[in-house]
Amino acid sequence: MSAVAAPPREIEGTGYEAVIGLEVHAQLLTRSKMFCACSTAYFEAPPNSNTCPVCLGLPGTLPVMNREAVEKTVLTALALNCEIPPFTKFDRKNYFYPDLPKGYQISQYDLPLSRNGLLAFGVDGREVRCGVTRVHLEEDTGTLKHAGDLIHEAQSSLVDLNRAGVPLMEIVGEPDLRTADEAREYVVRLRQVLMYIGVNDGSMERGSLRCDANVSLRRVGASEYGTKVEIKNMNSFRAVHRALEYEITRQLEVLRSGGTLVQETRGWIETEGRTVSQRSKEQAHDYRYFPEPDLPPLQLDRAYVERVRALLPELPDARQRRFESQYGLSAYDAAQLTTSREESDAYEALVGAGVSAKVAANWITGDVARLANAQHVPVHRSGLGVSGLAALLRMVEAGTINGTTAKELLDELYVSGGDPEALVGERGLGQVSDESALAAIVDEVIAANARAVADFQGGKEQALGSLVGQVMKATRGRADAKLVNKLLRERIGG
Amino acid sequence: MARSFVGRTIADMAQALRAGETSAVDLLRDAIAHRDRVDGRINAFLARTDDLAMTQARAADERLAIEGAGAPALCGIPVALKDVLVLDGVATTASSKIIEGFLPPYTGTAVQRLLDQGAVVVGKTNCDEFAMGSSNENSAYGPVGNPWDVERVPGGSSGGSAAAVAAGVVPYSLGSDTGGSIRQPAALTGTVGFKPTYGRVSRYGLIAFASSLDQIGPFTHTVEDAALVYDAIAGHDPLDSTSSPTAMESPLDQLRHGVEGMRLGVPREYFVDGLEPGVRARVEEAIEVLRGLGASVEEVSLPSTDAGLATYYIIAPAECSSNLARFDGVRFGMHVDAASLLRSYLATRGAGFGPEVKRRIMLGTYALSSGYYDAYYRKAQKVRTVIAAEFESVFEKVDALVCPTSPTVAFTQGAREDPLAMYLCDVLTIPVNLAGLPGISVPCGLSDGLPVGLQVIGPRFQDARVLRVAHAYEQASGAAALRSPLVAEAVA
Repeated sequence: MSAVAAPPREIEGTGYEAVIGLEVHAQLLTRSKMFCACSTAYFEAPPNSNTCPVCLGLPGTLPVMNREAVEKTVLTALALNCEIPPFTKFDRKNYFYPDLPKGYQISQYDLPLSRNGLLAFGVDGREVRCGVTRVHLEEDTGTLKHAGDLIHEAQSSLVDLNRAGVPLMEIVGEPDLRTADEAREYVVRLRQVLMYIGVNDGSMERGSLRCDANVSLRRVGASEYGTKVEIKNMNSFRAVHRALEYEITRQLEVLRSGGTLVQETRGWIETEGRTVSQRSKEQAHDYRYFPEPDLPPLQLDRAYVERVRALLPELPDARQRRFESQYGLSAYDAAQLTTSREESDAYEALVGAGVSAKVAANWITGDVARLANAQHVPVHRSGLGVSGLAALLRMVEAGTINGTTAKELLDELYVSGGDPEALVGERGLGQVSDESALAAIVDEVIAANARAVADFQGGKEQALGSLVGQVMKATRGRADAKLVNKLLRERIGG
Repeated sequence: MARSFVGRTIADMAQALRAGETSAVDLLRDAIAHRDRVDGRINAFLARTDDLAMTQARAADERLAIEGAGAPALCGIPVALKDVLVLDGVATTASSKIIEGFLPPYTGTAVQRLLDQGAVVVGKTNCDEFAMGSSNENSAYGPVGNPWDVERVPGGSSGGSAAAVAAGVVPYSLGSDTGGSIRQPAALTGTVGFKPTYGRVSRYGLIAFASSLDQIGPFTHTVEDAALVYDAIAGHDPLDSTSSPTAMESPLDQLRHGVEGMRLGVPREYFVDGLEPGVRARVEEAIEVLRGLGASVEEVSLPSTDAGLATYYIIAPAECSSNLARFDGVRFGMHVDAASLLRSYLATRGAGFGPEVKRRIMLGTYALSSGYYDAYYRKAQKVRTVIAAEFESVFEKVDALVCPTSPTVAFTQGAREDPLAMYLCDVLTIPVNLAGLPGISVPCGLSDGLPVGLQVIGPRFQDARVLRVAHAYEQASGAAALRSPLVAEAVA
């Protein structure tokens, strides 16, 4: 049952609406695997090196629950406003595949670790409230490398079990989403929450965050759902959006041409921009779920749940609202600043270190964001660090250096590191704000640029810019730009 | 020529080792010689680990020299392991073709605890494939002969472990008991077979048949020896989440406390129609012995006993259908190449598993299938709960239960071709597994020259009490002296 009734959102002029529910799988950032002591750092490790008898599924081995994985799943469930029942158990999901060493996946079936959650977010200025059916805990499978590019042409496959047994959360969303935009934003927001609380690294590219979608169409106003299609293999936000747009259009065309849809699983092919049928309902597995006899059920008492709840950091939504009121930021700036926890932490550290809220916001969302993206290093792990950045920006605000100098220093120190205050002293980068010193240079520039002066006086406002530029050049960028402007205007009018 | 210790107990051997009357190396040579003398007739051994054993025996002798009387009880004593227990680097087959050639890279907890005491492993023993059977005729490596009459079955599934002890090759062995696979062969071979409370002995390193029922336990000549082995292998293991963290009372402290004043229950449903008169007679005599020792004996009822077999044959196959899924030919053991992945699975599993294993995989797969789960698996779990509750309420009135272990004595090989007739072998042992209780079979004489077993059942975690009742009976009856004809061959 849906936690929140979503208002109908018609696919423009068609009389149909799309119904979308997402299933997200998120690997947990634990040190060891779900049921053994092997490292979870499977990605760079040589094939099958992070394995032991347990995660290889050797005869006689038994699973032992990872406490940290349970805690991080409870944390996630609480962040998504779920209920945590006092009793939860694990079940076996049985199927044969070479990436599944035991021939079953330890998962949760009818008594998941949590249920009845909610994720609310804005899309185009409208609030979307999407129910979270459940967050449960299971183990990841290994990976297969097929000889040749295409699985159906492969003559052989290689099995790598490094990933087998990595803790995996399944976050099942209610079918409360109506558009591809909403679906994309749901994944964006969910990822943001998971990263805020430190349970997942957010990499869809590597597959540590994976998304499947169930999508169907129905007449606006209908209460029954239409025939559901499951879409797999969407490895980016963009893919989620494109695949859903494609699939909604495909289903619409089938329905409008009088055809019927079949319940099936379809795969998104990124390079071709389309979904293709993988498995029909008749071919669906019977997973023969039954309670995992090797693991006693878990009893999560209130005290435990409250202890975990106390570990919850401020979540992005709350932080955004607080930034708006506490720092007087626009909704847009506050949203930008709270995109990641690290960035918003850095922002608050800057303000705490005496940088004004507005200046800190401009720099964090501007040049710092640019560098963080280009270097793939967030500011708190950059050479400059948050305290170095604060020192730099304090110098800007005090008028010790100008913006140009600050940008140059930022570019340099972001990578190499160093003490900005010391460098400004050593290199003589301090801003020239001494009026008499600047006046002499301004006079020289006016004398040497009679043409530009004439242009300006003739009404060409931009000519002033070139004169300012000349002064800056003469002072190696250290002049106080405002003062230069003032001095120029005093001398040549305007 | 050193005196032969074939057929002697652990306690005897341990004492002789400390008295300098023998050495671990001599005990081992004795065991190997006797094994090679009789195994052509009983086929109890699969892997023979003589080199490993000699290394262990030498190390044990050194340890005995240093530690003397302080050395662990099992130091230097030969042992055989059912071939469902993994030992690092030693071929483990579970008596199946499907994992032929598999060399486990680790050692299971119970076996490791024996090794820590200085045990000397002389080999892996034959059993029913994946521990599924009651006669040891379901082994891919041939049937096991009963040392009392090699034309007869030793019971199963731990038939090789039972026969190895009954023949006197080793004074003790480990088996596993899922529905009676220790107690029933113990009864049929005149040995003591003890299945501890579920959760007392770690299952880590036991190739799983049915995870919620499996338990490792010893075969010995005496109850005291069983207590010694149990004491060594039991206790919490962080590698098995179903192993109990509750504190364990030593079985040795109260072993000799006797049964005077104890209340013993005789469950009337255990004296079934198919119970052989000779078995009934021996068991009733045994109960009289216990009464004579000062125990009060009363009849009790466990009304759902007759549902046990059906319940078991849903739950155990359901779990096995899942547990055996890992034998897919991908990572270890047999692999049959085929045109596609599915065909390879079918060919590998088709060729690798024997008929009884396939039958149970199919039964279990069916019972768990969509649309049948509620009617079979879920209902079976409910009945299981009822069976356990009936035991619990009976144990409010009595301290322990005494009854036959097996309805019959050892039968002739090939006599029970109908699977259902075979399943009836375990009708008196299965409820104990379903309820997770401790149970022991102790020899209580012969019927037509073949051994009969008395079963003692206790409440959960009252393993020490079960051993105590069995010990009291054994000491009073003199049944501990029972030895098969094959033992005499070595002694002579």
